[in-house]
Amino acid sequence: PLSCPEVAPAPRNRFRALRAEEVQQQIIRDTFHLVLKRDDHICNFLECGSLFGGSDYKLIYRHYATLYFVFCVDSSESELGILDLIQVFVETLDKCFENVCELDLIFHMDKVHHILQEMVIGGMVLETNMNEIVAQVEAQGKLEKAEGGLSAAPSRAVSAVKNINLPEIPRNINIGDINIKVPNLSQFM
Amino acid sequence: MALKMVKGSIDRMFDKNLQDLVRGIRNHKEDEAKYISQCIDEIKQELKQDNIAVKANAVCKLTYLQMLGYDISWAAFNIIEVMSASKFTFKRIGYLAASQCFHEGTDVIMLTTNQIRKDLSSPNQYDTGVALTGLSCFVTPDLARDLANDIMTLMSHTKPYIRKKAVLIMYKVFLKYPESLRPAFPRLKEKLEDPDPGVQSAAVNVICELARRNPKNYLSLAPLFFKLMTSSTNNWVLIKIIKLFGALTPLEPRLGKKLIEPLTNLIHRNADWNLCFCVAVLISLSSGMPNHSASIQLCVQKLRILIEDSDQNLKYLGLLAMSKILKTHPKSVQSHKDLILQCLDDKDESIRLRALDLLYGMVSKKNLMEIVKKLMIHVDKAEGTTYRDELLTKIIDICSQSNYQYITNFEWYISILVELTRLEGTRHGHLIAAQMLDVAIRVKAIRKFAVSQMAMLLDNAHLIASNTQRNGICEVLYAAAWICGEFSEHLEEANQTLEAMLRPKVTTLPGHIQAVYVQNMVKLYASILQQKEQSGEKEAAQEITQLMIERLPQFVQSADLEVQERASCILQLIKYVQKLQVKEVPVAEEVIALFAGELNPVAPKAQKKVPVPEGLDLDAWINEPPSDSESEDEKPKTIFHEEEQRHSRHRQPEIDEEELARRREARKQEQANNPFYIKSSPSPQKRYQDTPGVEHIPVVQIDLSVPLKVPGMPMSDQYVKLEEERRHKQKLEKDKKKKKQKKEKRGKHHRHNSLHTESEEDIAPAHHVDIITEEMPENALPSDEDDKDPNDPYKALDIDLDKPLADSEKLPVQRHRNVETLKSPDAEVPLEEKKSKKPKKKEKKHKEKERDKGKKKEKEKKVVEEEEEEGKKVILQDLQYFISCSSCHHSEEEPPQSVQNGTLDDDYRLLAENPYIKMTYDIQGNLQNDSQVTVSVIFENKSTSFLKSMELNVLDSLNTKMLRPEGSSVHDGIPVPFQLPPGISNEAQFVFTLQSIVMAQKLKGTLSFIVKNDEGSTHEKLDFKLHFSCASYLITTPCYSDAFAKLLESGDLHMSSIKVDGISISFQHLLAKICFHHHFSVVERVDSCASMYSRSIQGHHVCLLVKKGENSVSIDGKCNDSTLLSNLLDEMKETLSKC
Repeated sequence: PLSCPEVAPAPRNRFRALRAEEVQQQIIRDTFHLVLKRDDHICNFLECGSLFGGSDYKLIYRHYATLYFVFCVDSSESELGILDLIQVFVETLDKCFENVCELDLIFHMDKVHHILQEMVIGGMVLETNMNEIVAQVEAQGKLEKAEGGLSAAPSRAVSAVKNINLPEIPRNINIGDINIKVPNLSQFM
Repeated sequence: MALKMVKGSIDRMFDKNLQDLVRGIRNHKEDEAKYISQCIDEIKQELKQDNIAVKANAVCKLTYLQMLGYDISWAAFNIIEVMSASKFTFKRIGYLAASQCFHEGTDVIMLTTNQIRKDLSSPNQYDTGVALTGLSCFVTPDLARDLANDIMTLMSHTKPYIRKKAVLIMYKVFLKYPESLRPAFPRLKEKLEDPDPGVQSAAVNVICELARRNPKNYLSLAPLFFKLMTSSTNNWVLIKIIKLFGALTPLEPRLGKKLIEPLTNLIHRNADWNLCFCVAVLISLSSGMPNHSASIQLCVQKLRILIEDSDQNLKYLGLLAMSKILKTHPKSVQSHKDLILQCLDDKDESIRLRALDLLYGMVSKKNLMEIVKKLMIHVDKAEGTTYRDELLTKIIDICSQSNYQYITNFEWYISILVELTRLEGTRHGHLIAAQMLDVAIRVKAIRKFAVSQMAMLLDNAHLIASNTQRNGICEVLYAAAWICGEFSEHLEEANQTLEAMLRPKVTTLPGHIQAVYVQNMVKLYASILQQKEQSGEKEAAQEITQLMIERLPQFVQSADLEVQERASCILQLIKYVQKLQVKEVPVAEEVIALFAGELNPVAPKAQKKVPVPEGLDLDAWINEPPSDSESEDEKPKTIFHEEEQRHSRHRQPEIDEEELARRREARKQEQANNPFYIKSSPSPQKRYQDTPGVEHIPVVQIDLSVPLKVPGMPMSDQYVKLEEERRHKQKLEKDKKKKKQKKEKRGKHHRHNSLHTESEEDIAPAHHVDIITEEMPENALPSDEDDKDPNDPYKALDIDLDKPLADSEKLPVQRHRNVETLKSPDAEVPLEEKKSKKPKKKEKKHKEKERDKGKKKEKEKKVVEEEEEEGKKVILQDLQYFISCSSCHHSEEEPPQSVQNGTLDDDYRLLAENPYIKMTYDIQGNLQNDSQVTVSVIFENKSTSFLKSMELNVLDSLNTKMLRPEGSSVHDGIPVPFQLPPGISNEAQFVFTLQSIVMAQKLKGTLSFIVKNDEGSTHEKLDFKLHFSCASYLITTPCYSDAFAKLLESGDLHMSSIKVDGISISFQHLLAKICFHHHFSVVERVDSCASMYSRSIQGHHVCLLVKKGENSVSIDGKCNDSTLLSNLLDEMKETLSKC
């Protein structure tokens, strides 16, 4: 099965410190292997001090169909809070992409980043209210449209043509299928 | 030109965009690298074009490639170009790329300063937002310094969207440019009360992050956070604040006391697990004092439910929270040992590791063997080497923690270590080896046993060393060989061990182990030689020499230099010995002299702790610095090296005896004169320089059991059984004694309360073993500073924030550039100020006051620093006041005088006093139970004698009864759970149950205790009267004015009023008194009129309206129960009439 680790630049992302691209890739690979090994019905926390060079760090992840959303946080964050944050992130993606699927994320990495940047900046949680996040993302989208977007109409047409011979796209990762209690999510919204 | 433009846009049609790139990469799975390098070439072409849209597209693709792990730093300048595009679309792409690939080493980053400043002040909020987001990722110290002022301005932007981003980024700025913290802090503090919840949450976030690293600087914010905690409904913020209090409470224990009530409320009313964990942890921290054990029990119980939950996440978090509570309240967690051990069987590794971690803190002398036994079973069962290795390290950690504190039987421990050597494929052979060495060196009594076990290991070396390549377990042979050699006098079958060490198979071991083998063979040889010579067996002595000469050459041929060198030296030495033996010269004494002397363990930090002698300047040149040309070939010599010291003896055998002795003497001399040499520094306490021997070694007495000879390979289980039997026996004996005592006591008609359970201390040691402590230099500095990392980036942020700002402390402002663009945010500021007028006004008042005070002083004394001092004092007073009276948030402006007098500080009233003991008490309502109150009594020993067997008894009334343990009668007293050495005070809690709370109660009671001093012991008694005022049934409960109004309107409250004349104190002070003594909180205050609220433990609402006249105060009260109200008012009247 196709699995794509969505290793998000998460709270307290150490990538800022260990710059080199190889190190980043190594971390992503290691993280991916660690997370992939784990069964579905075990806890979503992974202590991985060795990976980041400090025992204070842990991985918190959620698994949706073929996607893993992994955040790396230190002890100042609340574990269940981050699980909620991931949920908010996925729901926001779902709203912004209108039924998000894996390929949306693969083809629109830039957009994913822009959404994430409305939630987390510089390793700190900025906003947890989904409506607020969606509103800001949409406002920026409008602004972009008003400016004519990155590629003008002709190239859009071209890319539409290129799209035709695309293999079948798996639709809809089922984000309703969550086996974690999300206590009082409403409190965050 | 026009043609070129058209051509450009047509070309663009066929440029790849990001989606095309991704698709292409997916279609070229086989030759991905080639395809990407092709794409990068295309991108390079695109970047050369003038069209900004093309450039942006290229940068967008580059960002994607960067995420795949390709270096794109070469395009840094192009990224800046795209960042400075005027269109938001392009700008955003540029900033995203920059945030992905810029870092402190990027040299072009300094070019961005002005661009970013321009974007920050852009009229479009999204331009500003994008710039802030980008900046958060790549801010450098230079950028931070240049832009700090601009970002600070943005903290007061009209749009909350910008404000919250600016607030968060300030944290990054502080980290990079610590000087900005103090100037920016007042505004940051202001943002805690921002009308927008997002901004507020951001400010909380930043301050919590700052305070986490340097909590003491943020103690003065406690009242503000307390207010936020009781008013906020945002769980993110709550969790952050609770975590912050977790860092603050250890610094100010009284804060914990203050917090316990609202926290218990929180955990009760909040169903959110998230909060539960944090709260539970904080409660444990807050109740550092012996009271509140009920709250702790509640928390641990809640956590237990979580751990038993089927949800793995809750289980994990439950264990995590448990481990935090464990640190402060080990006893309450230890009772859940069964549960933790169960978790070791969990299929989830994260949970198993957590459980292991918990076990580490849970061991006691009593359960160590049992826990380790369970762990050993898990070691056998464990799949996968990682987890097994983790288990192994944990077993060793658990056993060796705090200087082997919990080990009662070291023979058992050695057998555990030996059993662990049978683990296959572990990486931690060296750990086991280190433990073996440590125990054998430091526990003298165990050496004999250890040596016998090690000899056995050496004998079975083939089992361990079978796969030397892949497993590190052969490291234990290093320890085994060394121990057998060093303590060879304990060996029974020295010959056999020596032969085991000389086996040809040994040469397959790693070099460093062989080297130790060779070295220790000689030690063994020396001791055998001595033994034989003493018993006159000359032939046997020659035989053993012959054996050495025959077998040593195999080591001389070793490829390892160290082994070779040692072996050949020793071979020559033994050949020389053989010559002497032939001449029938006794040699044993001299050979053994090679290894004379005892090794003492040196503490790892010993070297660092040597104080620099007075007058010694380590930086000064001893000789003139050599010229540069010389310095190349001169390597610095290390004067002293711990490793060297330990092995220094190993190097000597190659020299003949006389020379050796001479050198040794010389070295001693040198060491004595060498200030850096730890051991020889003379001290008044330890005068052991001239008396070699072991007597001088500092020794810690440790309780141990009788050596139990267990033949054959050791089985730790046998020890467990034996230990159990031993304890059982002890218990029986003790019980007998107890019975005897009881009988005696009964005879004297004394009741004896046998409440206490078998505690730690009850496990009597069977015999004594010394643990030699590690040596430390004389007058070692007791500081622990060396544990701190000097490179800690947060250290720079350890700044005193309470000190008023000096004029020089301003953020650098660059005025000469971008003057017009800077205007716009400035223009917005006044608007903002109107919004946040309230907090500012308050602050201003406060500041003015400080200044006034300062000015007066300045005039008198003309000392400028006074002002700072004064400011600090005021803040401290604020904190003091908050701690002693949290409910008066509204009155922070004026700290009442009484705080300075210290009367409000102490809520404890005198209960009774005699020449021996003084008792003060405080009564608190119990939130969990509506018919219970807790009486905290502080016992203070005023005498010079030892007070023990204190027992408190109260004559119960119909309404009020002391809660006694089940099974005891109403005439039984309750033992005070501690004894009091002279001059010491301690607090104990007693729970009382009551039926009605509408009336005040008085209970008579007696404290009986035994006074013990040199002359003997006497029985003493002290009578007291415990006064339960109605106010003690009230619990300070905050109430909001709307809820308060509703309550008054409801109409089911009875009313009553009082008036007190002759009041001279200020209204402020008066309210504080009511709050403090009668457990009320202020709901609202207008001029000289205030509404107050409180609630009884049985849920009565009590509302007050307090009005102050010229010289009088009138209080109107409303309450569900008229008797309670009138009693309360009477009590209040009494308090007020004293004013």
